[in-house]
Amino acid sequence: MKLIIAFIKPFNLEQVRDSLKSVGVSGMSVSDISGFGRQRGQTEVYRGAEYEVEFVPKVRLEVIVTDELAGPAVAAIESSAHSGEIGDGKIVVVAVEDVVRIRTGERGADAI
Amino acid sequence: MDSGDAAWVLTSAALVLFMTPGLALFYGGMDRTRNVLNMLMMNFWCLLIIPIVWAVVGFSLAQSGDGAFLGNLDLAFLRGLGITGEDGGSALLTVAFLGMFAVITPALISGAVADRMKFSAWAIFAPVWLLLVFVPVFKWVYGGWIGDRGALDFAGGTAIHVNAGIAALAAVLVLGKRKGWPSQGHPPHSMPLVMLGTGILWFGWFGFNAGSALAANGQAVQAFMNTFLAAAAAGLSWGFVEKFRDGHFTNLGVASGIVAGLVAITPGAGFVAGMSPIWIGLATGVICSFAVGLKNKAGYDDAMDVVGVHFVGGLVGSLAVGLFADPEFFGGEFLAGAFYGGGFKLLGEQFLGNGATIAYSFVVTTLIMLALKATIGVRVAEGVEDSGLDLAEHAETAYSSGSATLAGH
Repeated sequence: MKLIIAFIKPFNLEQVRDSLKSVGVSGMSVSDISGFGRQRGQTEVYRGAEYEVEFVPKVRLEVIVTDELAGPAVAAIESSAHSGEIGDGKIVVVAVEDVVRIRTGERGADAI
Repeated sequence: MDSGDAAWVLTSAALVLFMTPGLALFYGGMDRTRNVLNMLMMNFWCLLIIPIVWAVVGFSLAQSGDGAFLGNLDLAFLRGLGITGEDGGSALLTVAFLGMFAVITPALISGAVADRMKFSAWAIFAPVWLLLVFVPVFKWVYGGWIGDRGALDFAGGTAIHVNAGIAALAAVLVLGKRKGWPSQGHPPHSMPLVMLGTGILWFGWFGFNAGSALAANGQAVQAFMNTFLAAAAAGLSWGFVEKFRDGHFTNLGVASGIVAGLVAITPGAGFVAGMSPIWIGLATGVICSFAVGLKNKAGYDDAMDVVGVHFVGGLVGSLAVGLFADPEFFGGEFLAGAFYGGGFKLLGEQFLGNGATIAYSFVVTTLIMLALKATIGVRVAEGVEDSGLDLAEHAETAYSSGSATLAGH
C-alpha cells in the first residue's frame, strides 16, 4: 500500500481529481496550504509599500492506493497537474504500514 | 425646526453613527487576523462610552453659553433639553447629531495605535481625550474664538480630522513603534472588509456633511453634491498616482483616496460649489498618496495612516476653503475665498484656526498619553504583541479554526 502526497497548483485540482478517478482511485483528501520550491513568491503593493509574499498558495492532495495502482495514480497526477511552468509541484510516494477502515474495522488492502 | 429639516437631521445622525462601524471595518480589514477584533473593539468602545459622556457633560461644555474657549455646565445631564418646549426638541436633536461626531473623532485615532496599545489604556484615553481636547476645540470652532474670527469649518475638517489626525501623531510618538517596524510589516488581512468599510463611510458621510446644514435646504444639497464629487475625484487621483508610481491600480489606493477626498471636503462642504470639490478632491488624492510615505521618512509608526489621510487631508481641505469659499453661490454671509474675490483674509484665518488646533491637540494628547504611560502603561506586553491582542485582551478569535469545545464538558 502506498500513500501518495501531491503538492499541486490549486487551479489544477479538478483536473487531477478527474484524472485519478479515471484510473480507479476511489478516495482522496485535499488541504489548502502555502509553500514554495523554486517558484518565486509574489509582490503585493499596499499604499505604495511592497510586500514580498514568499509562500504561494498550493493544494496538498493525498490518496492511499494499493501497490498496483500507485504507478498509474502517480502518472495520472503528473500528467494532469503539468503545465511546464515553475511551481507545478511535486509528488511523493510513501510506503504505508497499515490502513484501517474506521466504520468496519477492516485492515490492510481491504480498508482502501 | 420644521419637520422636513428635523427628518433630514435625524436621518443624518443615524448615517453618521453608521460611520463608526464603517471606520472599524475600514481599519479592521487593514489589520491582521490576530488583532482585528481589538481594532473593532477600540471603535465600538467609542460607541459605548462617548454617548454617555457627551450627554452628561460633553455637549454642555462643547456648546453651551457664549464662552470663547469653553462652554458651561448649564446643559449638563441634558437639563432643560425637552421636546415639549418651543423648539419642539430641535436642541435635543442637535445633541444627538453632534454626539455622533463626538463618537467618531476619538475613534479615528485607533487606526494609528493599532496592534500594540493596551485596551485598558485606550478605554480611558477615548473619553478623557474627548473632554480635554475634542470639546474645547469644538467650542473654539463652533461658537468660540476661531469661528468668531471668520474661519470656516462646515462639518469638522479642523475640529475633527485635523484635531484627531495630529492627536494620532502625538499618540504614536508616546506609544512607540510596533516590534519590527518598519522592516517587518503586514499586508491587510481582508481587502473586502476595507472596501465594505469605505462604502459605509462614503454613505454615512452624506449625513456627516449634508446633515451639518442642520436643515433640508439648498446648502445641504450642495454639501451632498460636494461629498459626491470630492470623494470620486480623490479616489481617481490616488488610484492613478499608484498606477503610475507603483505599477497597479489598487483597491486600497482607491479606498484611501475616497476617504481622503471625503476628509478634505468636510470643512468646505457647505461653502464651496461648482467644480471646486473636484479640484479639491484631485489635489488631496495626490497629496495624501504621497503624505502616507512621510511616516517612513520621519520614523513614526502610524499603522493605518491616520496622519497621512485625516491630518493632511483635513488640513489641505481646510486651507482649500480659504481659496474656494463662494458666499455668493450660497447667498450666505461668510468670508469669500481668494479665488472668489475675498483676498487672503479667510485663508489667513484658516491657517490660524488650524494652527491653534494643531498645537493644542498635539500638546494635550501627548500629556494624556504620558500620564497613562506613567500610571497603567499604554503598551501591551511583548509576548502579547507577538501572539495577537484579540486573544489576550478580549479572549476572542476572529477566524476560528473550528475546534472549540465548551468548557466543563
